[in-house]
Amino acid sequence: MAKRGMNERIQKLRELSVTTPVHIDLERAKIETDFYKENDGKYSIPVMRAMVLKEYFSKKTLYLGEGELIVGEKGRDPQASPTFPELCCHSVEDMTVMSERKLVSFHTTEEDRRLQAEEIIPYWTGRSMREKILARMTQEWHECYSAGMFTEFMEQRGPGHTCGGQQVFTTGYMDYKEKIHKTMEELDYINDPEAVNKCEELKAMDISCDAVIILGERYHKLALEMAEKETDETRKEELFQIAANLEVVPAHKPETYWQAIQLYWFTHLAVTTELNPWDAFSPGRLDQHLNPYYEKDVEEGILDDEKALELLECLWVKFYNQPAPVKVGITLKESATYTDFANINTGGVTPDGRNGVNNVSYLILDCMDEMKLVQPNSNVTISKKTPVKFLKRACEVSRKGWGQPAFYNTEAQIMELINAGKNLEDARRGGSSGCVETGAWGSEAYILTGYLNIPKVFQLTLFNGFDQYSGKQIGLKLGYAKDFKTYEDLWEAFKKQLAYIVNIKIRGNNVIEQLYAQEMPAPCLSVVTNDCISNAKDYNAGGARYNTNYIQGVGIGTVTDCLAAVKYNVFDQQNFTMEELIEAMEHDYEGYDRIYRMVHDKTPKYGNDDDYADDIMQEVFELYRSSITGRPNMKGGKYGVDMLPTTCHVYFGDVILATPNGRKAHKPVSEGISPEKSADTNGPTAVIKSCAKMDHLATAGTLLNQKFTPDVVAGEEGLDHMASLIRSYFSMDGHHIQFNVIDRQTLIEAQKNPEEYKDLIVRVAGYSDFFRNLSKPLQDEIIERTEQNFN
Amino acid sequence: MKNITNIQKFSVHDGDGIRTSVFFKGCPLNCEWCHNPETQRYEREIQYDPEKCTGCGACVNACPSNALTLKERKPSVNRKMCTVCGRCETVCPVGIREVIGREYTVKELVKELMKDQIFYEDSGGGVTFSGGEAMTMDLNYLLAVARELHRQEITLTIDTCGYVPYEKFQALLPYVDTFLYDVKVMDPEIHSQYMGVDNELILENLVRLARDGARLYIRIPVIREVNGNEKNMKEIIMFLKKHDIRPPQINLLPYHDTGSGKYPKLDMEYKGTDLHAPDQAEMEEFVRLFQEAGFQNTKIGG
Repeated sequence: MAKRGMNERIQKLRELSVTTPVHIDLERAKIETDFYKENDGKYSIPVMRAMVLKEYFSKKTLYLGEGELIVGEKGRDPQASPTFPELCCHSVEDMTVMSERKLVSFHTTEEDRRLQAEEIIPYWTGRSMREKILARMTQEWHECYSAGMFTEFMEQRGPGHTCGGQQVFTTGYMDYKEKIHKTMEELDYINDPEAVNKCEELKAMDISCDAVIILGERYHKLALEMAEKETDETRKEELFQIAANLEVVPAHKPETYWQAIQLYWFTHLAVTTELNPWDAFSPGRLDQHLNPYYEKDVEEGILDDEKALELLECLWVKFYNQPAPVKVGITLKESATYTDFANINTGGVTPDGRNGVNNVSYLILDCMDEMKLVQPNSNVTISKKTPVKFLKRACEVSRKGWGQPAFYNTEAQIMELINAGKNLEDARRGGSSGCVETGAWGSEAYILTGYLNIPKVFQLTLFNGFDQYSGKQIGLKLGYAKDFKTYEDLWEAFKKQLAYIVNIKIRGNNVIEQLYAQEMPAPCLSVVTNDCISNAKDYNAGGARYNTNYIQGVGIGTVTDCLAAVKYNVFDQQNFTMEELIEAMEHDYEGYDRIYRMVHDKTPKYGNDDDYADDIMQEVFELYRSSITGRPNMKGGKYGVDMLPTTCHVYFGDVILATPNGRKAHKPVSEGISPEKSADTNGPTAVIKSCAKMDHLATAGTLLNQKFTPDVVAGEEGLDHMASLIRSYFSMDGHHIQFNVIDRQTLIEAQKNPEEYKDLIVRVAGYSDFFRNLSKPLQDEIIERTEQNFN
Repeated sequence: MKNITNIQKFSVHDGDGIRTSVFFKGCPLNCEWCHNPETQRYEREIQYDPEKCTGCGACVNACPSNALTLKERKPSVNRKMCTVCGRCETVCPVGIREVIGREYTVKELVKELMKDQIFYEDSGGGVTFSGGEAMTMDLNYLLAVARELHRQEITLTIDTCGYVPYEKFQALLPYVDTFLYDVKVMDPEIHSQYMGVDNELILENLVRLARDGARLYIRIPVIREVNGNEKNMKEIIMFLKKHDIRPPQINLLPYHDTGSGKYPKLDMEYKGTDLHAPDQAEMEEFVRLFQEAGFQNTKIGG
């Protein structure tokens, strides 16, 4: 593996990060458990939560590695993964499995397992959110959940799913405290019945600020001590500079580019260690946030592009040092990756609507190109105003074949946000995080609640609500496939089944949302999210300016092709009867070649710009959207839909037997809004046209994957073609597109000889990952995704 | 005749920008290295992949014209008796039989070609007629499609071997943005030997098109054994200079044999097995010859 990084310092830091095995770090769990044992019941819940963070930041082992310019780790050292027993308390068996499993493993020691068994488990048994949640779900919910009808994000991790706004780069924690104190002073204890609770929330936020400040002070002291002992003059000076930075941040607002990055990093650590939020935390539009500091420092002669890039590369290493906290069970299946979905955004427009690309945007592209790390996930947001130069530079990085950057459509995101009730300025400040989900950064809690298996709902419809996979009746009894005499009858039944399953999911969500609001607040995340302080309300209880819940639809390509296969062959052409089709499906099409050929090869399919299939996709999408969008959540906000899968399409496919479109049992379903694999045979423009028929502006994000072999996008013309595809898709309101540029042979080779292709990165869904880290079915799927290679 | 074998979208090597290429079926030339043998004959036909055939005989049983027989566990087609009804395509359990060639009405074809309008507009692309030899198709049909595309302001490029009466070029000229004009070898005897016809008409049409103001990209497939030599390249340069033909682009296309696998599917024999592409250094030398002669925009590949 070639060493990457702009200089020796970065190469060493990167090398250490990528070669250190991921390991469980129980220091946080131990400090938290001890604190709870001593103090539980003495304080209000929000205050208790904030005190846990303060306790951890006061006592945790500090790490300041050789050559580091940006400091701070979640755990004891790089690749350490703290655990969160208050959310999910792992059994000793879990700890053995996570250590020994081949993929996405987390090393645990004998001592870890002893500590877990003797101290952590005895305290948290019966107290973890996971147990509380599972105990309060209905029988129907449990049956659907274990059958793979949907997943539940909050089962092992907390809500989060947000990005920092501008304030994260312009506000010191003393400034937040001042704001908190002011709100406290204004509380009306006479007329406001909520004032007492508000006071507790604000106290908690205040303590969280202290926690971050304490961490800063401890690092300041450490840097000074190390500087004094350091014999190398250059490093000594660096350590003094690090200490000088820590005199300013995180307590006060930053004065320099370097300090701005360090401030962000402390906030990142705080938000991701107070709880274990999905999608970690992200800096939002990093280029726009850093640019004022960059320009000022360059003007003053204390920064040049080389130094600015070096600091970005140091930040990249910091992101990579933090693997996503360990997952087990179904949650592992839906998201099998170390990637924690921190997402760096560049480009877009400014809050007043001008082109947002600046010099830092180009440095970020250079950084992602040089570092080639799967974390942070990097993307560009392309607007009509984005210069062609920036778009083509992004294409140039993207076509190197590891899936970054992904491309987002600024205007579509703004419309989606406005459509969901945001004001224009907040919409322009927002964008996509995690995989592709839109949110008003810095001002919104947009909570992903889980994936919904749409093809499986259709499968239930064909079998009278009976699930062949789990052997249970989990849907409504509306009749068998043969009982539907027209396509419309079948459609009506599908509609009812979908409504039924969605309601089971939403009922569960409501309970979980209330549980988090009451029992697991996130005071530090509340501090940095607009309006939580002024509302004196926690992020998890609806304190943010905007509060949205999403249910992510998976398998629209597969379900469209299933409906098309039935409509075309059974009702329109009468090529065979429903009974014959079901019989073929029940035999996994073994011995039913004629029917298989018909449904697999000779039926209109989504992804070919053929209205026969694409019209069905539009109807399914509209049905899914209207079943969910606009429904109230528990925080005074509304539901919306995303169309994205992470790795869940593999899991969802595994729990479905053969489907009417010729997909064999247990094979993955389609991912994102991409067509079913091998169903698109008319090239990328047809795929893009089909996908654009979905009403992206009515979603909160869609994901489209396009794979190219290198020759398709080679040369200057290749860049032009990529840029044209992106511009055209975006002028049709497409939300997101990403490219895998690899040849099939390379992937087959990589699957056979993983050792020789250790650094091969592919775009999986909303993120890139090392090919060797993927399960075989997922590798197979990526190999089989239709290659758009012509000529 | 107006059979079409394929409508290929995101075609990025057949003219400017992102294009849709229409491959017409039938060609007056018979080039040994042809990589689209399915576009040589004008008539519709059935092809199948003998390598993947299991010899089950389903196609033989389904054939209403008794044009199929099993020989050594492989179906053999009597192309005179075959009506290309497509019944065998439907019943094949492995899905390896395919009818090649389909007629589209003007309306159907234009509808299909308009689908990618948004990509043409952004990339400066459009539609390319290719083949086979598009120019040998029914003129009224070509004109009707070309006029409609012109009306929609979609640029039309025609990839041609040039071996058709000039009147057809003249009729289409007002609606064509660019011709991708093949010039293979200057020696008429070699031309006859490898292409089946001599090059007199081809060169004459080239001169007339240039004179009539057509925009021309000259495309030269380069095969070491046929035309990949300095003498031929210099003759082409001389010819272009003599007639004052100044193409905005010249493409030297190195020979490749990726089409050879298609021949057995059509009961045809690939005659190009002894042919080779010049090596990269030779190709670059040819490019240099053109550039030194003032044809700056000469490059390898389409």
